[in-house]
Amino acid sequence: MKNFGFTISKGRQLNFDEMRPEKVDKLLELVPSYKLCIGCGGCTAACSAAGFTDFNIRKIHTAFLRAQYEGLDEQLKRCMLCGKCLLVCPRGVNTRSLIINMRRLLANVQPNTFVRKGAEQ
Amino acid sequence: MKSVSIIGAGPAGIEAAATLAKQGYTVAVFEKSSSPLKNIADKAFLFPNFASAADIVELMNKKLLNQNITMHNDTEIVDMKREGQGWKIVDSKGSSFYSDYVVMATGYTPFDAHRKEELGYGIYGGVVTSLEMEKMIRYNQIVNSLGEKPKRIVFLQCVGSRDEKSGNHYCSKVCCVTAVKQAIEIKRQLPDVEAYVFYMDLRMWGQHFEELYRQSQQEYGVRYVRGRISEASGTFDGRVQIKAEDTLMGLPLKMTTDLLVLMVGMEASEGTRCLAKACGICGDYGFAQSVDPHLGDCLTDQQNLFICGACKRPMSINDAVNDGRSAAIAIMQNE
Repeated sequence: MKNFGFTISKGRQLNFDEMRPEKVDKLLELVPSYKLCIGCGGCTAACSAAGFTDFNIRKIHTAFLRAQYEGLDEQLKRCMLCGKCLLVCPRGVNTRSLIINMRRLLANVQPNTFVRKGAEQ
Repeated sequence: MKSVSIIGAGPAGIEAAATLAKQGYTVAVFEKSSSPLKNIADKAFLFPNFASAADIVELMNKKLLNQNITMHNDTEIVDMKREGQGWKIVDSKGSSFYSDYVVMATGYTPFDAHRKEELGYGIYGGVVTSLEMEKMIRYNQIVNSLGEKPKRIVFLQCVGSRDEKSGNHYCSKVCCVTAVKQAIEIKRQLPDVEAYVFYMDLRMWGQHFEELYRQSQQEYGVRYVRGRISEASGTFDGRVQIKAEDTLMGLPLKMTTDLLVLMVGMEASEGTRCLAKACGICGDYGFAQSVDPHLGDCLTDQQNLFICGACKRPMSINDAVNDGRSAAIAIMQNE
């Protein structure tokens, strides 16, 4: 058959039916305060890295929550863990713990191995 | 006829007093300030219909002119105790007053914006509260920190409300529409001013509120940005620089403004906290607790003690008036 060079593009929608939320569930279990996020962007606004790089912590954790993990591990390396986001969050989300645990889950490191049980590190 | 003590002469307390006095009750109203309606006194216009606050104050003061009502200004009630079937209430000078019923209408106090230090209130002249902006509008004195006409004004919602750090999880209910109303009033006085509203969610819950929001966009060009301002800092020329995320763009944002208006929420007033504790009706966040939000919202666990207005929760003026009337009717039904 003649090849005209056309291909079928991959769908661009978030497909909620095919999401694999295991890591998301694990993250929410490790950082229960993240369930309270309302996406106000206070964390990104306060971020000392966001003003000068394309690091956007709100977009990263939202992508994680939607199980869109691709590229997140690289992006998360830009965080300096200064914790300013933690100071401004109106919902009291432990954002620094969120970042550490997202990195652990993306690297498939068993999280909270050394942590006291019940503590939200 | 039975006697009623009403603690607090705000919209709820006055409406309760007027309704009961008309029915022949002997009513004593206790107000800690030197005159009634202190929280409305400096307001300009009220949402959603731009009713003049001065007119409302005048009409409500007239309601107090009834031979069955005795007004006690400058009288702060600090304690109350059961006495027989009724109540004995005590003021800060030690005088006590007996009545068959008590209506607690001790209201709210505005959130102290100094507590959100990162927003620079009390540090930079260009940062003001919504109450100060209301005064500027009322007296036609909308000026920046240098006393000049501002070019840009930014409103920030949810200051002290919906905020874990302030210890207040609740929504203060009136600030969203108040910012919309103030932005329109500013545009009417100074059409060249740019007005921005920064929000997490806009809650236009009341009748005509959504229409007011539409009007602000369509007729007045007020701009809305979804993002929470994380910090404000002063500039060398007396303006204020804010940082937020434009969450719909997914980018951090900075903006310089002449005035940053903090939409401060409502907290339980000192009187509300103190008296709710004294008679054992403490609710969440220091507010007073009713028996049931549906069918017993003016009733309390305590016999012959009724509550109305913003001592229960953040409430708009019209809701407080209706609630005061409800408390009065609850007393009549109690007979």
